[in-house]
Amino acid sequence: MILARVVGTVVATRKDPRLEGKKLLILKPVSPEGKDEAGYVVAVDTVSAGVRERVLAVSGSSARMAEGCKDTPVDTAVVGIVDEVSLD
Amino acid sequence: MFLGRVVGCVWATVKDRNFVGLRLLVVQPVTPEMQDAGKRVICTDWTGAGAGETVYWVRSKEASYLFSPQEPPTDATVVGIVDTVHLKRPAAEPRSGSREAPC
Repeated sequence: MILARVVGTVVATRKDPRLEGKKLLILKPVSPEGKDEAGYVVAVDTVSAGVRERVLAVSGSSARMAEGCKDTPVDTAVVGIVDEVSLD
Repeated sequence: MFLGRVVGCVWATVKDRNFVGLRLLVVQPVTPEMQDAGKRVICTDWTGAGAGETVYWVRSKEASYLFSPQEPPTDATVVGIVDTVHLKRPAAEPRSGSREAPC
């Protein structure tokens, strides 16, 4: 899993019917210290995350195990909203 | 599976219900020589590993099999705590610190 910041949303009318009703978010991966990392990723939201929130994103086939994503064409899902990261 | 070192943990109140009760660790992947290698990842914990410990972790969907029959949507899990790593170096490679004889 990676840490990421929600920077926007994606709206798509024509899409796979199994994605209907699912919110799509644009994520910017961040380091545990909160610094931006390269690239962006689009993810399905399963925890009602909002813009600017730091979230936990799971990728690959594990994303389909997120709530409501069973048997859907999804490879990245937001599965948690981060309260705090403590580094030693 | 990969070697890593636990460098922190993550707290999340709002999360997938299958994550409830699981610890989330920040793991720095390392080489067998214990040098940092690549970006840190967030792993679910199956072992009770603590900060600073060397662990090995598994990625992809197999990461959630540990918690069967529960199926947390995780793509990385710490599955073992490393006691020691033995490395056999190729014979041709000089030992670290050794120097060639002059002339």
